[in-house]
Amino acid sequence: IHFILLFSRQGKLRLQKWYMTLPDKEKKKIIREIIQIILSRNQKTSSFVDWKDLKLVYKRYASLYFCCAIEEQDNELLTLEVIHRYVELLDRYFGNVCELDIIFNFEKAYFILDEFIIGGEVQETSKRSAVKAIEDSDMLQE
Amino acid sequence: MSDVVEQTLSVLPGLLGQHDSGARPRSAGASGRISATSRLGSLIRSITALTSKHEEEKLIQQELTSLKATVSAPNTTLRLMKECMVRLIYCEMLGYESSFGYIHAIKLAQQGNLLEKRVGYLAVSLFLHENHELLLLLVNTVVKDLQSTNLVEVCMALTIVSQIFPREMIPAVLPLIEDKLQHSKEIIRRKAVQALYKFYLIAPNQVQHIHDKFRKALCDRDAGVMAASLHIYLQMIKENSSGYKDLTGSFVTILKQVVGGKLPIDFNYHSVPAPWLQIQLLRILGLLGKDDPRTSELMYDVLDESLRRAEINHNITYAILFECVQTIYTIYPKYELLEKAAKCIGKFVLSPKINLKYLGLKALTYVIQQDPNLALQHQMTIIECLDHPDPIIKRETLELLYRITNGQNVIVIVQKILDYLKESKEEYAIMNFVGKVAELAEKYSPSNEWFIQTMNAVFSVGGDVVHPDIPNNFLRLLAEGFDDGKEDGQLRMYAVQSYLALLEEEDALYPQKFLQVMSWVLGEYSSLVTDVDPEVILTKLHSLLKKTFVTSETKAWIMAAITKIASHTSCSKTVDKLIQEFSNSLDTCMRQYAFELKHLCEDKALMKNLLPFDACCNDMVVDASLSFLDGFVAEGLGRGAAPYKPHHQRQEEKLSQEKALNFEPYGLSLASSMSSSGITGRQSPTGLSFGSDTSGNSAETGHKETNTLKLEGVRKLWGKEGYLPKKENKVGKENETQTVSCGSLLAGQVGDPPALQSDQVASLSEEDKEKQQLASTLFIGLGSSAGVSLMGKADTATQKFKRKSKINETQNIEEASGFQNSAASDFGPLLDTVPADIGDCEGNICTRLRKASLGSSDTVEDNLAFETPQSLKESDLDDRLSDSRLSQSSLFADSNIEIFQPSPSSQWESASKTPLIPSLPEELEELTHSEVAELCQSDALALYLCKVWTDDSLLLTVFVSNKTTSAFNAVNLVFEEAEQFQILESPTYHFPVIEAQSVERCQKCVWMNKICTQGVLSGSVDYQSEMETHLEFSITLSLLDFIRPMAITTEDFGKLWLSLSNDVKQNIKMPSSQDSLPAALNTLQQKLKLHIVDIIGNEGILACQLLPSVPCLLHCRTHSGMLAVWFRSPCSALPDGLLYQCQKVMEES
Repeated sequence: IHFILLFSRQGKLRLQKWYMTLPDKEKKKIIREIIQIILSRNQKTSSFVDWKDLKLVYKRYASLYFCCAIEEQDNELLTLEVIHRYVELLDRYFGNVCELDIIFNFEKAYFILDEFIIGGEVQETSKRSAVKAIEDSDMLQE
Repeated sequence: MSDVVEQTLSVLPGLLGQHDSGARPRSAGASGRISATSRLGSLIRSITALTSKHEEEKLIQQELTSLKATVSAPNTTLRLMKECMVRLIYCEMLGYESSFGYIHAIKLAQQGNLLEKRVGYLAVSLFLHENHELLLLLVNTVVKDLQSTNLVEVCMALTIVSQIFPREMIPAVLPLIEDKLQHSKEIIRRKAVQALYKFYLIAPNQVQHIHDKFRKALCDRDAGVMAASLHIYLQMIKENSSGYKDLTGSFVTILKQVVGGKLPIDFNYHSVPAPWLQIQLLRILGLLGKDDPRTSELMYDVLDESLRRAEINHNITYAILFECVQTIYTIYPKYELLEKAAKCIGKFVLSPKINLKYLGLKALTYVIQQDPNLALQHQMTIIECLDHPDPIIKRETLELLYRITNGQNVIVIVQKILDYLKESKEEYAIMNFVGKVAELAEKYSPSNEWFIQTMNAVFSVGGDVVHPDIPNNFLRLLAEGFDDGKEDGQLRMYAVQSYLALLEEEDALYPQKFLQVMSWVLGEYSSLVTDVDPEVILTKLHSLLKKTFVTSETKAWIMAAITKIASHTSCSKTVDKLIQEFSNSLDTCMRQYAFELKHLCEDKALMKNLLPFDACCNDMVVDASLSFLDGFVAEGLGRGAAPYKPHHQRQEEKLSQEKALNFEPYGLSLASSMSSSGITGRQSPTGLSFGSDTSGNSAETGHKETNTLKLEGVRKLWGKEGYLPKKENKVGKENETQTVSCGSLLAGQVGDPPALQSDQVASLSEEDKEKQQLASTLFIGLGSSAGVSLMGKADTATQKFKRKSKINETQNIEEASGFQNSAASDFGPLLDTVPADIGDCEGNICTRLRKASLGSSDTVEDNLAFETPQSLKESDLDDRLSDSRLSQSSLFADSNIEIFQPSPSSQWESASKTPLIPSLPEELEELTHSEVAELCQSDALALYLCKVWTDDSLLLTVFVSNKTTSAFNAVNLVFEEAEQFQILESPTYHFPVIEAQSVERCQKCVWMNKICTQGVLSGSVDYQSEMETHLEFSITLSLLDFIRPMAITTEDFGKLWLSLSNDVKQNIKMPSSQDSLPAALNTLQQKLKLHIVDIIGNEGILACQLLPSVPCLLHCRTHSGMLAVWFRSPCSALPDGLLYQCQKVMEES
């Protein structure tokens, strides 16, 4: 996975995580381009888009789009499930997650993402331990 | 979708109304909800309330200004700082520059309590990138946290390390992370493995020595740790699959267990056991089994089982199935599995779900070359997909068609691809497919006309994004021709005709590359067409020259074409007009061309000679040395002109002049003062003692760059520019009247798109027929009989345009480039006789020039190195080892190892008592070894030791000699565990019996684990005689026992040098006996077992390694009786240890 973007239906970026090094300008350009591509897509089309030499895999949950960029030889369906697992993790942590949770607690969403995916590779596939890791650190601070 | 999602949906409606009121009192129990009332919350709310982009910008700038004031105020509490950091992250996400906060993020990570630290680390990971200068400041914090007793802190440090970490600083944390591999908590172990994976990716040679630890991680009892280690293995196997074949069994077993549901239940995902793990393993197996029947054999069963198990109707099982299919088709084939996999693909392709259909096509594309019949089975589906509304499906289908192209269906397929290209606007797709069309056209072209037309389409569609190879190949093909001369002529003629027709259209805009191709072809071959007046062609080219969209590069091509045509026409009005027109052009290049043309036109004979017809492939004899100018040069010199100096020489002289005269009053005096003060004693790596006097050793300069703190970059952050945040274009749209939508994320989850209406298609019988027809044209030649031989790219028999002789051709180019090369430097733009090869020529010139410069530097090096004894340079391992054998006594003289000088009396004593002087077996006798020395003895037993220095370890050979007259049973030799040393295999050795008056031998390989100059390995022998007896002994091992020469080339040395970061520098006084560098290095070579890589002048480089494979590089330089030694190694302790040894050696000699 090269990067993950979360954005709303209005095209507002909610979360961005890059697993490749790019200058800021480039990133902004890419974000704008991708949001435009995905928002303009028909709902009946597949969840995959060719984009440059990468593939975008995206999925919409309510008003929020989750989008990952992967390489040609990666498994698209699996990436789709990565997204879903992330949403499940968020759901488990926030308890019934909605876009507001992510907007107002985006740092928490990042923590969960870091627990789940590191350096572009899925790490913790056990839902329980991922959430537990976050909760543990939440506990300690209080 | 998932059950969880469904459940949450039902709770939603009740919550929807609450959001408007701001803070949402929800009982869900998740912490942090309160923060909606915080300042971040109000910021977010006020942003959403704004109506225009402009207002938002203003608000954020305001926010940033206040944030900047807060973070830089000295009395800001860490708690407040954390708050600020979160807001900064938010601003940065909205696309506003907030680099002033980066340094504070690092500070927060350093000073904060857990919660603050966590935010600090998060901010660092989001703000900074891998090569950011500030990242260096984080290293200390990470090191501290890694040593913390608080698990959460360790976790955070490991997480940040596995995200971003400066490569140069890896050695600083590596040992700490290695320790964590043994941690009792699995989450720590897992994160440590992740960090090592990261290190492996950015600096593979730095973690080479811990490969066996990866193996341990693979066998970890926690599945998470094991899964993490698979990332490393996948990467390593990708790079070198043959090295890990022995692990195939383990991977298969793991996969079997996973598939069989042996993992803890919380690894399940929608009741599929650990799908990510499964897919990882399937990929690894695919790589391992590729082209290897024996390894593949091992995995057939488990693959079969995976296929069987993946039955549930869920995306994740399809993902696994897809991976299985790919693996099955990658490894050495087995018929039954292939059949099953094919069935799977069938299911995918026929699926109404669009995602699955796409995956099916992808799989089909992957396997189609092995099994073309599959394409036949699914031809109708493929045809349908060709007109699919989703571009990705269409594209994948074309990709598939490209792979099944043969001589019979090429026309249809190419047409389909071109149709797609005409609609597509995406540059990358165009580039990709244009290349493919060109390849297909060249390979399977049925006729000349078709070929030229297809290529025309390629050039006009591809525009200027076509790969430069395409026009080059095309022109070369035309120029070289085929075996059949008549065919050549026809092709060329057709090309000329078609281009003339294209140029007929007045207002057509053609891409530059296409124009270049046209003009070259017209220039070369227009005379083949007899029914067209050359004047007409010239007029057309002339009018092109005047067009504004034509770039100057293309103009050069056109001018060359005009010159060529002019050479075989007697006289032309157009040419005259053209010369007149461009002789006073503002474009100097054009003017140059015009003058050249003018002069050539005046001398037709020369022109004919220079531009012979259809000879672009022939060699041209050129006096590359420019000897005809010798007289001119001599005359010039005679008149007192300065001799010509090549560019680099001038540059060098300029540089040396700059050194001599320094006009800057206070420039860089710091460095020189440091070098004078710091000549003796340890120097910090940044204390650049080698000021102006060093020869430009590239390794040194490279080091300077990496290790000096880059101040310029940092200063910016505090400097003026830092206070003026740049205005960036904002991401997003104008309509910001966006109310935050409140629905649960999972609420309106879009299901998979509905089934493609394939039934509808069936009802339209007319359309159906058309498709049938298309199918028959597309899949022609794919029948089972023709299939295999027609598939694949190795299909040379049907290739229409066969290149003539490649060797000849490359020679031509090289010669041409040589000619250009030599000519270009002095003459400027010459008339280009071979424009088709311009690209290649340029490439060649570059490499040539590089070669030349390399060559010259080589000779310089040789000259410098002439004093080095040849034998020294080339001495191979054996020589050196024998050297070291000779000097053994001196080697260990100082290490207090008495065993080497056993007192004569004891030796005599033992000798007299027992005739048993043990000796090494023959195979070890040949290796370098110490003398056999006594370790200890009792009345009954005597122990002797011999160290054998093998290439890959220290082999301790212990002889146990029974001095009594009765046999001992069950003698146990046990080495105690020592921190510094690692005994390979087991530390014990059991002798079942030692006969009376006989000697038994035991061997142990030892490595040094922790670096020390000297350490003791103790042990004991237990044996049973009348009573239990115990005999203790100890062996002193020196660092030098574990040092071996490392034979590498100078080039590798340079690379390695730059990649290593621990360095130690020291000046050592050279004894008078060896004041020359070679002599000193020779001593080091003999006594420390170093390898001399190279000696140049007063500098020398040496390399050695600590067993098993920790390299250490040395750079030595002599100046005024001192030897400046500079060590570098991935391990920080090694240079210190070696330095100590060096000092001792130099003192003694």
